[in-house]
Amino acid sequence: MIEIKDLHATVEDKEILKGLSLNIGPGEVHAIMGPNGAGKSTLGNVLAGREAYEVTGGSATLDGTDLLDLDPEERAHAGLFLAFQYPVEIPGVSNLEFLKASVDAVRKAQGKPDLDSVQFLKLAREKCKAVNLDVSFLKRGVNEGFSGGEKKRNELMQMMLLEPKLCILDETDSGLDIDALQVVAEGVNAMRDENRSFIVVTHYQRLLDYIVPDYVHVLANGRIVKSGGKELALELEEKGYGWLEKEEQESGAE
Amino acid sequence: MASNIEIERQIAAREYKAGFITNIQSDTLPPGLNEDVVRFISNKKGEPEWLTEWRLKAYREWLEMESPDWAHIKYPDIDYQAVSYYSAPKSMADKPKSLDEVDPELLETYNKLGIPLHEQMALAGVAVDAVFDSVSVATTFREKLKEAGVIFMPISEAVHEYPELIQKYMGTVVPVKDNYFAALNSAVFSDGSFVYIPKGVRCPMELSTYFRINEAKTGQFERTLIVADEGSHVSYLEGCTAPMRDENQLHAAVVELIALDGANIKYSTVQNWYPGDENGKGGIYNFVTKRAVAHTNAKVSWTQVETGSAVTWKYPSCVLKGDNSVGEFYSVALTNNYQQADTGTKMIHMGKNTRSTIISKGISAGKSQNAYRGLVRMNPTAEGARNYTQCDSLLLGDKCGAHTFPYIESKHPSAVVEHEATTSTVSDDQLFLCQQRGIDTEKAVSMIVNGFCKEVFKELPMEFAVEAGKLLEVSLEGSVG
Repeated sequence: MIEIKDLHATVEDKEILKGLSLNIGPGEVHAIMGPNGAGKSTLGNVLAGREAYEVTGGSATLDGTDLLDLDPEERAHAGLFLAFQYPVEIPGVSNLEFLKASVDAVRKAQGKPDLDSVQFLKLAREKCKAVNLDVSFLKRGVNEGFSGGEKKRNELMQMMLLEPKLCILDETDSGLDIDALQVVAEGVNAMRDENRSFIVVTHYQRLLDYIVPDYVHVLANGRIVKSGGKELALELEEKGYGWLEKEEQESGAE
Repeated sequence: MASNIEIERQIAAREYKAGFITNIQSDTLPPGLNEDVVRFISNKKGEPEWLTEWRLKAYREWLEMESPDWAHIKYPDIDYQAVSYYSAPKSMADKPKSLDEVDPELLETYNKLGIPLHEQMALAGVAVDAVFDSVSVATTFREKLKEAGVIFMPISEAVHEYPELIQKYMGTVVPVKDNYFAALNSAVFSDGSFVYIPKGVRCPMELSTYFRINEAKTGQFERTLIVADEGSHVSYLEGCTAPMRDENQLHAAVVELIALDGANIKYSTVQNWYPGDENGKGGIYNFVTKRAVAHTNAKVSWTQVETGSAVTWKYPSCVLKGDNSVGEFYSVALTNNYQQADTGTKMIHMGKNTRSTIISKGISAGKSQNAYRGLVRMNPTAEGARNYTQCDSLLLGDKCGAHTFPYIESKHPSAVVEHEATTSTVSDDQLFLCQQRGIDTEKAVSMIVNGFCKEVFKELPMEFAVEAGKLLEVSLEGSVG
């Protein structure tokens, strides 16, 4: 599915990812945890191809396709979806228009037939209900004046419409109250199947109570320093990240 | 190397789809301007003595005037002696009586531009006056309009058929010596449209004039006069294009609107004159004076989408003379490459409880300069008058400029003037969100720009709103990435 090997990346000449490797099989959910500034968000942005992030070494492939060679929109066409931590507003462009353009572009690139406006509207309304957003949100500007929770649910709706192969959730839980968190988690869980993989980037164990991961990785200082099952998240919740960073420094000194 | 540059130039210029030249024989006056030229034009149109004198007076006034220099635009001095002031297809010399007699090349030109002149092929519900260089080629649906009492014809014909209306109204809204370009136009205007809507009549069709400059080294100086009698309604649209040429060409028009008591005039413009190439070579110099007078309870609404021209100098204005009259100005001005635009409006409030709304959306890309210039004046008689102005600028890239020059003069204590302005850019975050959702940057920019202009586009007649959106997309090609 996705293979990341020895990935190095810099932002404004500062190295953030320092040799990150990760393999994710189809249908798996991997949680990435770690302290502030470890490079968690960078990972998602690098995989999605954000311009300010420069890859200086390593590789990343999705089903054998070299992701790093593709434009961001081509990565989306290949089935990569990044749910943003802070979804940006696009005033004046209606959500519906944006969603239609997005779904049209992705379906076209994947060789699927176009959806006509009526079919699309029906589908969009369905997905709105699934994420507990009123259909009036389709008429509003993209994220324009949405609350934090509404923005996250809007992201989730887009994910449902695009049916990606790999979903990266970048701190989707930040700024969500417990009810909204549950809605988002239910949405994600409903999308889990044997072919779709998830990278769930989060700060807190809380989200993982609802989206139960197959694997948990700790990202510190630009690398995966520890991997384990879902119980690792609980251990981290209890002990914090300090002991791991220390362990890593010691092993580095050997 | 040279051929590479040429290919690049062609690719960059290819996007201007109206840039072709119609190969026809024309009668073109040699370049130069003097009283004989003015007389020649007047004579060519067989005008009455009063109009020849009117033109000559304008010409003499113009000689005494100076080209305005206050606008935020730079261009070399125009050599008025290097311009030809009259050009007409030879085939038009005998005044064809029906479309069958019009040169097929001319008809084909309009077909290519998407404006078929055969009524059965034409856009349903839209009557067109097609002006080619200095003459009107054809005016569709004239008979149908006549049944409703609506007069829609080239102004050169109206001079003969309705001299009393022309003499009564022409030059009353934009006086001959209003400004340098209006004076020039008054001296040498060639064709344009005349519209009269009788009392209480709601014009049954959209009226539209399509202006085409074809001949090299000529200017186009059209004049449009619309009179909406008491309680009548009319919606009018103008479009304009020109071939791609390396030299600059001059376009100086005058438009006068008169909305009598309770009348309603909606005037929309989609201006797509050739903007010049990506290095700023060629393109139309567009110096236009447009003004309306609104009498008691009348309403005038200007909507403009300005995407073309190398230089645009244009301020469609409303004189709100009668009590309770309403003026509106909705504008989208887009500049790319080396285009320059200085455009806006004047709202002159004279009557009591007059109201005006100004919504201006400026989009600058490439190395272009885009200025909004507007005046809101509340006269001492304008008791209870209100204005709302909103000026938004969108910058694409970091080599372009957006400027706002609002002037507000309030001479009545009860008048209310509101002004809001914003400047924004298309952010990397917005583009990345679109890309991440599979939308490429060009499509993303065009979607965001269209969203920015939505308030203005919704004022356009529906068919044209779609066109305007597409036009923005084409005009922005190559401005990002």
